[in-house]
Amino acid sequence: MNLINILHAGLASGTILLFATIGAILAERAGILNLGVEGMMLVGAMAGFRASLITGDPWLGLGVAMLAAGALSLAHGLVTIHFQADQVVSGLSLTFLGTGLALVLGEGLTGKTVALVPKADIPLLSQLPFVGPVFFTNHSVLVYIGFLLTPLVWFYIHRTRPGLHLRAIGEKPEAADVMGINVYRLRYFYVFVGGCLAGLAGATISLSVSPGWYSSQTTSGQGWIAVGLVIFAQWDPLRGALGAYLFGALRRAVLDLQGPRTLLGLANPFFFNSNLVFFLQMTPYLLTIVALVIGSRAAMRKRLGAPAALGVPYIRGERGL
Amino acid sequence: MPFRIIVEKRVEDVPKWLPAATSLGAVVLAFLICGVILELIGGDALRVLRFFYQATFGSWGVFSDTLVKATPLILVGLACTVAFRMRLWNIGAEGQFYVGAFAASLVVLVPLVSPDRPKVVILTAMLVMGLIGGAVWAFIPGLLKARYQVNEIITTLMLNYVAILWNNYWIFGKWSEGGFQMTPTFARSSWLPRLADYAREIPAFAGITLHLGVVFAIIAAAIVWWVLYRSRWGYEINLIGDNPQAARYAGINISRNIILVLMFSGALAGLAGMSEISGVVHRLQERISPGYGFTGIIVAWLAKLNPFAVILVSILFGALILAGREIQPSGLPQLLQGIILFMVISSDVLLRYKIRLERAVVSKP
Repeated sequence: MNLINILHAGLASGTILLFATIGAILAERAGILNLGVEGMMLVGAMAGFRASLITGDPWLGLGVAMLAAGALSLAHGLVTIHFQADQVVSGLSLTFLGTGLALVLGEGLTGKTVALVPKADIPLLSQLPFVGPVFFTNHSVLVYIGFLLTPLVWFYIHRTRPGLHLRAIGEKPEAADVMGINVYRLRYFYVFVGGCLAGLAGATISLSVSPGWYSSQTTSGQGWIAVGLVIFAQWDPLRGALGAYLFGALRRAVLDLQGPRTLLGLANPFFFNSNLVFFLQMTPYLLTIVALVIGSRAAMRKRLGAPAALGVPYIRGERGL
Repeated sequence: MPFRIIVEKRVEDVPKWLPAATSLGAVVLAFLICGVILELIGGDALRVLRFFYQATFGSWGVFSDTLVKATPLILVGLACTVAFRMRLWNIGAEGQFYVGAFAASLVVLVPLVSPDRPKVVILTAMLVMGLIGGAVWAFIPGLLKARYQVNEIITTLMLNYVAILWNNYWIFGKWSEGGFQMTPTFARSSWLPRLADYAREIPAFAGITLHLGVVFAIIAAAIVWWVLYRSRWGYEINLIGDNPQAARYAGINISRNIILVLMFSGALAGLAGMSEISGVVHRLQERISPGYGFTGIIVAWLAKLNPFAVILVSILFGALILAGREIQPSGLPQLLQGIILFMVISSDVLLRYKIRLERAVVSKP
């Protein structure tokens, strides 16, 4: 167990949270809080795994995973955008619905093996000392996609016209509407994109990081951690990526700390008293709370934070419904 | 098209029967959708429905089992009702349930009260510990929310995982019985009385598992109703939920209410854990809850946050959980719950808008 291995595995595991967090950031920037990330991830993991099992093509699996979770997210979109239902309750029910769907449709998948997303080295960059073996060697292609996605989404949100529209419908939808932006349509679009990315996150688990289908254990609360990371990230994709990789590394460390007989030359307490592992397993959840406290305090101090219209249904005056 | 669909905002009050009717319609529709999904994946929906009825309402024996499953749901549903009234999203009832069960078990396992003491003393101690356990667990997110405005949805949810792992530490380790992930069975003096205990006097009670917990649940519903509809505190809770701005101007201490309401909510969920430990499982073990804490959310919402409606809805969902253990595929009850909740919140649109058909006026050129 050395530092390079830990960081390498942490990046892979962080990619799961990265996709989910960025998806949630995009939806929340548009003003729609979607607490259904966990459910959408499970559906993505199940659909991707099944599609790859049937077709033998992991790329098709990723596509199916994204579409399945995206389709599910549209239910949340319809209920919150057109029916103006409470976004918290709708998101919760999306988690129930997604979990139930994934378990029902995932019957019989446990124990099967499928074609996984291939791994690759990046030429030249992989030769760099330390950075090469950690960042650019023998990673699933999805990890590299994550590297590209983060700055692209940041640039999109902060430097492009559609990104400006996105921020507008999340901050002041009335003003955006006056500018001629179709608030309803754009909100549906970003809810869908958020769903697709959650599905991709799920498929990243089942087709790459920890291959297989372990019913609801597949995600084990990572969707909720992603929702928490959005607040820690203060709706900024770069900070979101930082949080995602940190928590990814932490998840790996929790697994890796249980193996060796000695840690830093001392007897490993988790090896000799396996019950202490339960405390080790608590750490990601406890640290999510810590991250939330940090994020919330920073938001209070800087007097900024959530998009102003987050969670508020937009009702266009003359349209009514 | 000869007809047009007209959607307009409701100006007048909603008719009294409509909320109940839309909820009922939502449940029926959800069952239908679930049946269609079941048929599509090759199941036999009607057979499952018949089985569902037989296994849950078919006889006094199974109906009592349904009520036993409904008991923790009532308490957790009330816990969610109290918090949701104030728009506090306590989705940590599952964790509060576990900590309540753990705290109540301490009475027997430490033991805080000698097993030779009278049953009333032991059970009262367990009851109090259950309430305290849940309240303490909910105090943490309450404090974080009141102090630092930390989103309670995530903190309550994260603490669910922590509570379950905490329980695991004790049942896998210190209190494990012969290496199994459970404690030894508690002494009978710490069991809540069951109807079956009186089978000698009244033979009809033989095998009926209904326990005193259901009485706790009904009393709790009455208390919650009184708090929400008759007390000053309930008025504050409802006002903060409906209009926090107005509540602040009215001089209501919102921070204090956040903590108090979450603790009240947690105490109810903790009581559910105690009732389950003392009335059903009779020991601390893994998976004492098949997700009661989450089902309670749906129960509360379907009951439109009305404490007495919570009892009725809990019986339906208790039946769902009872039958769900034997229905294949295993995720079906969860799927049904998700669809029901979706249908309910979608149907709410009918309370805010009127939808009617109108003959379109055909204009001649």
